[in-house]
Amino acid sequence: MSEAVLERPQPITTETQEELNFLTPRQLAWRRFKRHKLALISGIVLIVMYLVTGFAEFFAPYATTSRNVGAINAPPMNVRFFEHDGTFHLRPFVYGYDLHINEETWAREYTENPEKIYPIRFFARGETYELWNLIEGDIHFFIAENDEGEGYIHFLGTDQLGRDVYSRVIYGGRISLSIGMLGIGLTLFLGVLFGGFAGYLGGWVDRIVQRMIEVLQSLPTLPLWMALTAALPAHWSSLRIYFGVTIILSLFGWTALARQVRGRFLALRNEDFVIAARLIGSGQNRIIFKHMMPSFLSHTITTATLAVPGVILGETALSFLGIGIRPPIVSWGVLMEQAQNYQVISMTPWILYPGLFVVIAVMAFNILGDGLRDAADPYNIGGQ
Amino acid sequence: MLHYVIKRMGTMVLTLAFISVIVFVVIQLPPGDIVTSTLERMEASGMQASDEYVQNLRARYNLDKPLYLQYLNWIFNFVQGDLGYSYIYSKPVNELVWERLGYTLLITISAVIFTWVVAVPFGIYSAVRQYSIGDYFVTVVALVGLATPNFLLALLVMFFAWEWFGISIGGLYSMEFRDQPFSIPKLFDLLSRLWIPGSVVGMGGTAVTMRILRANLLDELNKPYVVTARAKGVKPIKLIFKYPLRIAINPFISTLGLLLPTLISGEAIVSMVLNLPTTGRMLLQALLAQDMYLAGSFLMLLAILTVVGMLISDLILAWSDPRIRYE
Repeated sequence: MSEAVLERPQPITTETQEELNFLTPRQLAWRRFKRHKLALISGIVLIVMYLVTGFAEFFAPYATTSRNVGAINAPPMNVRFFEHDGTFHLRPFVYGYDLHINEETWAREYTENPEKIYPIRFFARGETYELWNLIEGDIHFFIAENDEGEGYIHFLGTDQLGRDVYSRVIYGGRISLSIGMLGIGLTLFLGVLFGGFAGYLGGWVDRIVQRMIEVLQSLPTLPLWMALTAALPAHWSSLRIYFGVTIILSLFGWTALARQVRGRFLALRNEDFVIAARLIGSGQNRIIFKHMMPSFLSHTITTATLAVPGVILGETALSFLGIGIRPPIVSWGVLMEQAQNYQVISMTPWILYPGLFVVIAVMAFNILGDGLRDAADPYNIGGQ
Repeated sequence: MLHYVIKRMGTMVLTLAFISVIVFVVIQLPPGDIVTSTLERMEASGMQASDEYVQNLRARYNLDKPLYLQYLNWIFNFVQGDLGYSYIYSKPVNELVWERLGYTLLITISAVIFTWVVAVPFGIYSAVRQYSIGDYFVTVVALVGLATPNFLLALLVMFFAWEWFGISIGGLYSMEFRDQPFSIPKLFDLLSRLWIPGSVVGMGGTAVTMRILRANLLDELNKPYVVTARAKGVKPIKLIFKYPLRIAINPFISTLGLLLPTLISGEAIVSMVLNLPTTGRMLLQALLAQDMYLAGSFLMLLAILTVVGMLISDLILAWSDPRIRYE
C-alpha cells in the first residue's frame, strides 16, 4: 500500500567520491537519512510517542479506569494563563466544570466556572500507580489541583463513564503502538523465512511460496481478519487476545517482504563473493548467514517499517468493530468503539481524538519508512 | 492473447481453490458449532436434549462426517449455486447474499472510478509542477488520506454532513425512496448518494495511485525523447499526453489489481459505519453467531469478487501492453 509515497530526496552531493570511500555503510546510510528532513521529524515524533506511552503511568494524570463522576461526557478544557478578569498567572490553570441539566433535552451541559481555578502542577503527587506492574509511584507529569487539594483536568474531555480521554489515549497508544512493533517482528520473521527459502532453494519450493503469496495478496484482508478474530475464544484473557490479534494481523502482512527477500537471494546467489565463499568450501549456513544476509538485511528491516501502518490500522478497525482488543485493555480502536453513529459524535465529538493520534502515528511511520528504505538501500550509494 | 487468457484463467481457478480451503478452515476454527450453540440455548431454557436428538441434528448439518467430506460437500454445493442455509436468519443463504453483494460491487466500482478520476489529474499536475505549492499540498493531502482509517473518515463525513448541512447521509437511498419499489427516480437518488461511500472507500487507494502516477511520470519526463520533443516545439499539453502519460499509466492498471483487496476490505467497514445494506454488517453478525454457511459464503464471494477483478485488470493490462502476453 505505501510504496512510493514519497520519492527520494534529490541527491545533494557535497562530498567528493574519495571522501565517500572512507565512510562505513552505516555512516553513509545516516548521511542519506539526515537529508530527508520529514523522515527525521517523523522519527522524532515516533520516539516521543513510544516514550510517552511506554511511561504511560507517569505521563497520564489518571488511570484508565478512574472515573470522575462529576464530569460525565464533559467537553475538553482549555488551558489558560489569564483569568476572566485578565489577571495573569505564570502557572497555567484550568477552570472546573459547572453542570446544568438542559430542561428541554435533559442533556448534561457543562460550563466553565471561573470561581473554580485548578492550577496545573508538574511532577506532582496524584493517583498511585504501578509502573509496568513493578514500580510503585504517585508522581505524575502533571495534575491539576488547588491548594485545598481538589481539582481535575480533562483537556481532551471525558467519556460516558467520566473517564479522562487524554489518559486513555496514552494508555491506548501503548497497546496500538506496541502491536505495530510486535507485528513487524513477526512479519519480518515470516517474510525472511518464506522469502529466504523460496529464493535460496528455488525450484518447487519457490513455486509453492510464490503461489502462496499470490493467494494471500488476492484476499480481502479485513473480512478474513474479522473471521479470525471473531474465532478467538470469548473466555480468553485480554492479554491473550492481544497476542492473538497481533499474530492474526501479521499472518497476511509478510507477503511483500517475502517477495523482496526472495528477489535479493536470487540476485545474490550468483554474485562473485557468494561463489567465492562456496568455492573455498563454506557451509551453506555460513554462506546464508555470514555472506548473503548481512548484505540486504538492514534494508529489509527498514522496509518492514512500512508494514507497521497496516498493522496499526488493522487493529484499530477490528477494535472499533468490537472484535479486536477487548476491555479492560484499551487501544485507540477500543476508545473509538462508542463512536458508532453521528448522534453520539455530535453530542461528544471529543471521543474521536484517539483517531487523530492514529493518523499521526501512521503518517509518521509511512514517512519514516520511506526515508529509512532509501537511506538503507545498498544500491543507492552516496545518495545517487 | 487467447493463450494468455486461458493461462491466466487457469491460475485463477487454482487460486480460488486454495482460497476456498482457507475460507473453510477459517470458518471451522471457532470451538463449537451450530449444534453446540443450539444445545446451549436449549439447556438454558431448561430443556434436555436426548443423545438421539443430538445425533440427528449433527446428521442434518452434516457435522457427523469427517472434515474433508464436509469441505467437499460444501464446495460442490457452492459451485452448483447452493450456498447452504443460514441458521440465524432461517433462510437459504442464496436469498440473503446476492443483493448485498451487488451493492458491495456497486460501491467498489464507484470507489475505483473515484480513485481514477481524482488520481489521474492530480497525479499529472503534481508531476508536471514538481515542488510547487500545489504539489506539496496534494502530497500532504495524500499522506493524510493514506493514514486515516476508513471508518474514521466515514464517521467524520457523516458528522460534518449532519453538523453543517443537517443532512443524514447514512443509507444508500433518501428517506422518501427507502421503501419504494425500484424506479428511475430511485436510481437517480442512488447515483446521487453513491459518491459518498465511493469517495470514502477510495481515499487511501487514491493517495497511493496518485503517488505512483507521479513517480512514473517524473521518470518519463526526464527522458531524452521528451527533451527532444520539447526542443522541436511540441505543445506542452500534447507533449505530456501523447507519450509519457501513456507509458506512465501502464503500471497504473496493474496496481488496480493490488488495490481491489484494499477497496473491498474498506467497503466492509465503511458500510457498517454509513449503515449501507452491503455485506459488512451481516458478515460480522454471521461470524459472531458462527453461522458458518452464511459467513463462509460471504468470505468466498468477496474473495471471488477480488480475484475476478484482478483477472480483469490483468487482461486489460495484457491488452494494453503486448509485452506481458509473451512473458
